Amino acid sequence: MSGIWVVLEEREGRIGRISWEAVSAAQQLGAQLNLAVSMVLPGAQTEALAAESASKAPGRLVRLEHALLAPYTSDGFSSAVEQFLKAEQPDYIIFPHTYQVRDYAPALAARMGQVLIGDVTGIGSGPVFTRQLMQGRLSGEYRHSGSGTCFLSVQSGAFRADQVQAGSATVETFTPTLEASKIRTRPGQPFRAAAQTVDLGAAQFIVSVGRGIKEAENLPLVQELAAALGAELAASRPICDNGWLPIERQVGSSGQTVAPRLYLAVGISGAIQHLVGMKGSQCVVAINKDPDAPIFEVADYGIVADLFEVIPPLTEAIKAAKQ
Amino acid sequence: MKIIVAIKQVPERDAHLRIDPAGKWIEESDLQWSLNESDAYALEEALQLKEKHGGEVIVVSAGPERVGATIREALAKGADRAIHIDSDDLGQRDALGVARLLAAAIKPEGADLVLTGLQSDDLGYGQTGVILAELLDLPHASLILHVEKNDSTITVKRELEEGWFQSIDMPLPAALTIQSGGNKLRYATLMGIKRAKTKETSRVAASELGSGPTPVATLERISVPQKQKTTQILSGTPKEAAAALVEKLKFEARVL
Repeated sequence: MSGIWVVLEEREGRIGRISWEAVSAAQQLGAQLNLAVSMVLPGAQTEALAAESASKAPGRLVRLEHALLAPYTSDGFSSAVEQFLKAEQPDYIIFPHTYQVRDYAPALAARMGQVLIGDVTGIGSGPVFTRQLMQGRLSGEYRHSGSGTCFLSVQSGAFRADQVQAGSATVETFTPTLEASKIRTRPGQPFRAAAQTVDLGAAQFIVSVGRGIKEAENLPLVQELAAALGAELAASRPICDNGWLPIERQVGSSGQTVAPRLYLAVGISGAIQHLVGMKGSQCVVAINKDPDAPIFEVADYGIVADLFEVIPPLTEAIKAAKQ
Repeated sequence: MKIIVAIKQVPERDAHLRIDPAGKWIEESDLQWSLNESDAYALEEALQLKEKHGGEVIVVSAGPERVGATIREALAKGADRAIHIDSDDLGQRDALGVARLLAAAIKPEGADLVLTGLQSDDLGYGQTGVILAELLDLPHASLILHVEKNDSTITVKRELEEGWFQSIDMPLPAALTIQSGGNKLRYATLMGIKRAKTKETSRVAASELGSGPTPVATLERISVPQKQKTTQILSGTPKEAAAALVEKLKFEARVL
């Protein structure tokens, strides 16, 4: 067995922060288990990127290099990483929990008789791996059993990229055997649905609305609150899924990431996909009738009540305070 | 087109959750249950494809007796028949264990398309569909919002992060995991509910589909998450709470 390996993810020529968070998690686990941490970078033409990445952390960095690894396909990545794992026999393989990883890592794990413990937010002694259940209302501790490589993926923002132990890695290359005929999907170029006209990322004040609003006809209630605050109106995914607000106002993993001075969440339960998009906010206020809603876990101030009773007097009070 | 949709029954969204005395799972006795949200979108996509291209929609679901209610809901919405994998020990199976059960039930059907929701609202693994593709040796794509059928291939719209999308072409048969929001969900009509009663649900015991649970990833303990912040809850009448909040925002958080 060869310790802990982290799969770095290249996107638009860069290694994103979440990959370094995965390295940070790996170093934490490595310290606990006294295992070496190494990195593997699947892709095509990654020489410059590998050299740059190797200057940021110690250990080994293996370029898993093949022309058929760009663009990403599940078949190509599964096969390449499988060959690499069979050669290296890691104790652990840690992925950043990205859409790409969700697309192939579970299949790869199954191919090797393993199960990905996905979306991990904490590593405890044992080791046990913490992840959320029931849309963040509960948390669960998982343990890997049996022999073979343990597959993990770590949630965005759960580990600190700025705490990666610095160092300089040696760069090696591993060339998997891939055949174009075995890659069954033909991916197209990424595109955006429409030009973004709302930059929520720059907003200082955001009023964000969720399922609790019940019907599109009730939206003026929060629109008035947003107007009183001078805030941008945003929403959680279900509101945009229903077409009540345009998708460009969606906050969360599939929408925009925001960090306003004030984030006022109205009728939002706070599923993790939403929280990852707003937990950098300076001050979070949650209004929800369910005291167990996970949004309260990240809120500075909370009102546990029916939003239809709270919003009108709140809008009035804000107007009065601003005069 | 013969389309299989794997659906899951999960606790209702707003259900009050209590941890069982062993600390390993939640108390199920007093829970309300419903069809997992993204599975409802997978079913909707299947029904729309059938309406356009003809064929058959078969739902498959694993779980105890109570799962029958969710299966009937899917039949009432328009699925043609169902397979109920009778299992009281789903909780002891990991994602691979459950996918193996589903794959064993799905394989003999020889479907053109296998759909699942993106992830379950309870365990949230988001893996079943992707593992199914592996076990059934099908090409797959995940986070799909739209499916367009061509002659012997499909073109799907895949969601990427931060508002980006991508089209992917792939041959049939294939497996897809469906993201919520791609379609408008239908309700079951009275006629549909009536018709559902005459539709076939074949029941198969989990034990007939292969070996028992030998999990690789085990859930050892569940708990209420630790708070990341100390939340000040503002109480009183709605008016009092609203006034207290504005005070706090102005003088304590200093954001107004």
